[in-house]
Amino acid sequence: MNTIYERTLHGAGMWSAVISRHKRLRLTDLDGGANVSMLLYNALERTERYNMPDTLKGQHVFHLRAPYCLHSDMGRLLASITADTVGWHDTVCGHSDAARVRAKYGKLDYQDTRNEWHRNGRDCFLIELAKWGLGKKDLVPNLNLFSKVTAADDGRLTFVPGHSKPGDSVELRFEMDTLVVLNTCQHPLDPDPEYRHRHVKLEVLAGEPARPDDPSFTVRPENLRAWENNETYHALRF
Amino acid sequence: MKASTLDPQSAAFREVIPAGDWWVHEIKKGQTLRIVDLEGNQAADTLFFSAADPTERYSADRTIQEQGALYLTDGSKLMSTGGNVLLEITADTCGRHDTLGGACSRESNTMRYAHDKECMHACRDSFIRGAQEWRVELTKRDITCNINFFMNVPVTPDGRLTFADGISAPGRYVEMRAGMDVVCLISNCPQLNNPCNGWNPTPVEVLVFD
Repeated sequence: MNTIYERTLHGAGMWSAVISRHKRLRLTDLDGGANVSMLLYNALERTERYNMPDTLKGQHVFHLRAPYCLHSDMGRLLASITADTVGWHDTVCGHSDAARVRAKYGKLDYQDTRNEWHRNGRDCFLIELAKWGLGKKDLVPNLNLFSKVTAADDGRLTFVPGHSKPGDSVELRFEMDTLVVLNTCQHPLDPDPEYRHRHVKLEVLAGEPARPDDPSFTVRPENLRAWENNETYHALRF
Repeated sequence: MKASTLDPQSAAFREVIPAGDWWVHEIKKGQTLRIVDLEGNQAADTLFFSAADPTERYSADRTIQEQGALYLTDGSKLMSTGGNVLLEITADTCGRHDTLGGACSRESNTMRYAHDKECMHACRDSFIRGAQEWRVELTKRDITCNINFFMNVPVTPDGRLTFADGISAPGRYVEMRAGMDVVCLISNCPQLNNPCNGWNPTPVEVLVFD
């Protein structure tokens, strides 16, 4: 497959880009135990954004994996999970902030260690969002790719350590031109007392248009109807 | 489950929100908001904002992080995006409230049910109108993942999620005390396509105690 772009994010790194329809983003956990917090927006209408509740209730799931889709708040698809060696990705636990990182891992500022300092998910999201004209109002519940959190019958949550192995990967196919904003800060419920700088490889690949019999659209009738809404949107706009 | 010690006769404010309507109201620090499910099994879709700075608002994920659990009941702290307590649930005779299910919209109805359901009244339209009518005009960007009081969205250990029949009943209520001045925006859900309102949307009552 044709690789358009490739880079490796070094621990607690952040990245954002507009990736056009049909292209794919492959993320690879190089060290094991990675977490990639991600938000998605319609690149042209950034008030349309990833919606955790619609993604979950539209597919009757609490976790994400291939071939499920990532839904926007406008009844459309932002992306489909087209390949996945992990099998469970969290989207309900959000991201860390400065106060929680300090409480959990202790104070380690830029003044102390320069670029080995403790970053946090909220600051990383807000920094990257600002570069596209977005801010606090646009920060909504995110994806935590590679991380597994299960719920007991009474709703208590358990983080599953070591869920993602070195070399595990997940691949998204974008179903509209999408602004991708991500960072590799640790999962907020990860009980590991050490602040880890894990490496994640990021590749943007060329892709083909999807067909209505694509596994991501046939897995649930809701996904096919959402894809039909995408088709209408693109027919009217372009 | 915990009953309240407050007498409804002593409420400083009370109003019935008809089925399918929206309500926006400021609640001062230290005041208590009670929402009553008058006829049973009615989802009250609810958002909160800091009245001083509405960019600080209710965060479903921060609330879930804080308690390490999905469902809301007495003792749950409703957390803001800034990591502060907006309100704390102080009484609850229903026992479980949802914060994963979000709000229905005309667009999501086409995805979830059928393209011809687009015409049906939905919570996110109510949220938009209510947000526009507070003293500071809020917009679609301010509408985020909400609380569904009285709604039952069970999650299974193997990772399934369903909209189940309600566990609420006529007269059950939930009560919460404000930890800061907040704006409360409620859409009394008009959804007719799933059991979240017992297939028959009904009024809820809101009471505010000093």
